[in-house]
Amino acid sequence: MSLLHVTIDGIPVEVEKGTTILEAAERVGVKIPTLCHIKGLMPDGSCRICTVEIQNRGRSKMDTACSAHCSEGDAILTRSEAVVKARRGILDMLLSNHPTNCFSCPSNGECKLQDLCYEYGVKETSCPGEMSNRPVDDSNPFFTYDPNLCILCHRCVNTCHKIVGCGAIDTMERGFESVISPAFGMPWRESNCESCGNCVAACPTGALTSKRKQNYRPWQVEKKVLTTCPHCAVGCQYYLMVKDNKVVGVEAADGPSNHNTLCVKGRYGSYDFIHSNGRLTDPLIKDRSTGEFRKASWEEALDLVASKFQAIKREYGNGALAGFACSRSTNEDIYMLQKMVRTCFGNHNTDNCARV
Amino acid sequence: MTNTIADVTRESDVILLVGSNPEEAHPVFGMQIRQALQRGAKLIVVDPRNIGLSKQAAVHLKLKPGTNVAFANGMMHVILEEGLEDRSFIESRTEGFEALRDLVKDYTPERVAEICHIDPEDLRTAARLYAKADRAPILYCLGVTEHSSGTEGVMSLSNLAMLVGKLGRPGCGVNPIRGQNNVQGACDMGASPTDFPGYQKVTNPEVRSKFEQAWGVSLPAEPGMFATDCFPAMLEGTIRGLFIFGEDPMRTDPDTNHVRRALSALDFLVVDELFLTETAKLADVVLPGISYAEKEGTFTNTERRVQRVRKAVPSPGNAKPDTWIFTELMNRMGYPQPHLTPAQIMEEISSLTPSYGGISHARLDSEELHGQGLQWPCPSPEHPGTPILHVGQFSRGRGLFAPYAYVPSMELPDESYPFLLMTGRILYHYNACAMTDKTPEIVEIAGGSFLELNDQDAARLGIADGDTIRVSSRRGTIETTARVSGKTSPGECWMPFHYLEGNCNWLTNAALDRIARAPEYKVCAIQITKA
Repeated sequence: MSLLHVTIDGIPVEVEKGTTILEAAERVGVKIPTLCHIKGLMPDGSCRICTVEIQNRGRSKMDTACSAHCSEGDAILTRSEAVVKARRGILDMLLSNHPTNCFSCPSNGECKLQDLCYEYGVKETSCPGEMSNRPVDDSNPFFTYDPNLCILCHRCVNTCHKIVGCGAIDTMERGFESVISPAFGMPWRESNCESCGNCVAACPTGALTSKRKQNYRPWQVEKKVLTTCPHCAVGCQYYLMVKDNKVVGVEAADGPSNHNTLCVKGRYGSYDFIHSNGRLTDPLIKDRSTGEFRKASWEEALDLVASKFQAIKREYGNGALAGFACSRSTNEDIYMLQKMVRTCFGNHNTDNCARV
Repeated sequence: MTNTIADVTRESDVILLVGSNPEEAHPVFGMQIRQALQRGAKLIVVDPRNIGLSKQAAVHLKLKPGTNVAFANGMMHVILEEGLEDRSFIESRTEGFEALRDLVKDYTPERVAEICHIDPEDLRTAARLYAKADRAPILYCLGVTEHSSGTEGVMSLSNLAMLVGKLGRPGCGVNPIRGQNNVQGACDMGASPTDFPGYQKVTNPEVRSKFEQAWGVSLPAEPGMFATDCFPAMLEGTIRGLFIFGEDPMRTDPDTNHVRRALSALDFLVVDELFLTETAKLADVVLPGISYAEKEGTFTNTERRVQRVRKAVPSPGNAKPDTWIFTELMNRMGYPQPHLTPAQIMEEISSLTPSYGGISHARLDSEELHGQGLQWPCPSPEHPGTPILHVGQFSRGRGLFAPYAYVPSMELPDESYPFLLMTGRILYHYNACAMTDKTPEIVEIAGGSFLELNDQDAARLGIADGDTIRVSSRRGTIETTARVSGKTSPGECWMPFHYLEGNCNWLTNAALDRIARAPEYKVCAIQITKA
């Protein structure tokens, strides 16, 4: 197949037919801002922020980089005066129906609209007027939808339909009345939503936000640790977000089996237990006469365990002991557990919960 | 899995889903199956319940629980009858075809329909769809394995895949969707009475001598006891001391009364845990271990993909890394085991386990892998890992057809216990929910036990949706809430296994798979009354 020749901000690039301008720009390292675009899905083309100027055969036109395909000879300008003006205009219009009291917004500091307005120097709208004033849907226990902060980019809808495949939400009504909602305007909690939170992760503003954000601000996260989800065997990759030595949230990573998606258990059910008050903090030894546990030192507990196991082995033979491993734990833990059984108990009475 | 999640969902024309509800039990896999259906792949659901995906299925065989072997034999009967088998694959890559052909001859669609309570035409449609597809994976889960005939069910599905040559290629294969995060790894690591790490057999003298040399001890030649066989042995007094690491059989094993009696009969029980679980409460000594967020290590996912687990936060109080606990105990019991880091332990694993030979923490963390992990077999540090098994040749050379006849479940409904009970998982919880019930929002959404009851049965018993009901089996009685719908067939019920109150395992039967020794969680007989 013959290649097309285009330039992006003067940088020549050869692309296959059907390549979008956004893809071509990414190939040569030119960053074009996007709000509604989700890589891998059909372009939504609704936010227009990726507008670029395309010059060809003496003509010049504006188009959205996410949806426009490259044509032979295109000279694409991503930061020309006309482009910057157009993007300012788009941001101006978005702000005409978006509050700017960012201090009290849970997404302050990680809002793409805020970042773009800052980058393009848009402080306020030049077209003040009526603003949406719709009720906030607070019904889902994990997240909140504030339609007044929604820019209708449809990232949540496209994520729910095309990536999650659940289809719990869609764009309801038309024009100024447009709103994202489950069917018939029913509360989120009563819909077929699975609370996976992938829509929340996709939201570029503060419209869909995790309620857990009340516990931290994005810039307070001290570190993000890439790890593997401890629930099912899909092996989703995610980051544990740590603040003050506590896990405060989870952010999906682009793992080979999850590709930036998570389920409700991975996103919300995988860290509260770490800091639960119910965690065991000391060895416990039971008084057989009372049936009560008492706290013990490691020294005492380990000595007791080792001596009791050895006594049983002496009295009843090697076959009288067994050790079960945990299939929720790491390979390294499990290897050492079976090694302990085989080398110290002197038998192969080891198994794991694969069967139960 | 013989294949990867990516290839079975992105490169398949038809998906044969048997005894698996991935939308709830493996949600992110389920999402990718939904994407496959949007792409145009066709779906065959074989499940006794209406699961979410059955709405999108081309065919839903709503079969009677415990009849998977008959179903698979019926599929093969139709395939052979209609000449849809892959002759060249059978001739060049398999053996034992004649025995299979002779066995499935008797499994006419009409006979199978009677055993499975399905329409014979639906079976024919399913067989044609699967056989004629260029690429079609079999995906299965506990609906196949948790039966007294579980292993036979798995072998029958393997026979089916071999018969149509759907193995060793992208978008095909026989793919168990494993349960827990590291159940694949736990089996790989030799937590098994018959196998050392990497499925090296205890009974093989060469293997044994390799481990004897590496560990500096002599090792017994006879295999040990399966966990599920240990419980009766505790009651008999054969097993007297038990170390349980992170398991809660008081909630997760079948027939809780039997488990309690067995654990209470022990001379000495030690539990290494995060929480004071129902099982830990019975222990003589409880040792505080640490969670996945407090340790370094690896999990092996259902695709045989080894991925890193990394320490994010310090552990609470005096809790200690589990490998520290084992090492201290080993030394106290007279075995000189130096303290090793998890990375050093993985070095020892790879030195003794050919399929993990090329796996190390350093490599998993390297730029080379871009966080993609390594899929075993990965025999050497240069090996890229193996996404698809049995390409060109089976591990044993030729694939052996292992035909099995259908045998009914051990405990079927009768006059006293007229309903059949299945158990399973829901979206919001994991197993005994030791982890998930610490998230208040999850408890708010899915806080309590329930039993799915067929609407016709409910009408007959005078039970309405939401009523409290008393459910009994020969082993125990619980109270739970009725959920009345057409999700299950008449005479069949379903319960989640997560909850402490109304735990279905007071009811379940400890009958075991004849080969793999897994309990028959999916079939037992119960009676139901309004509480």
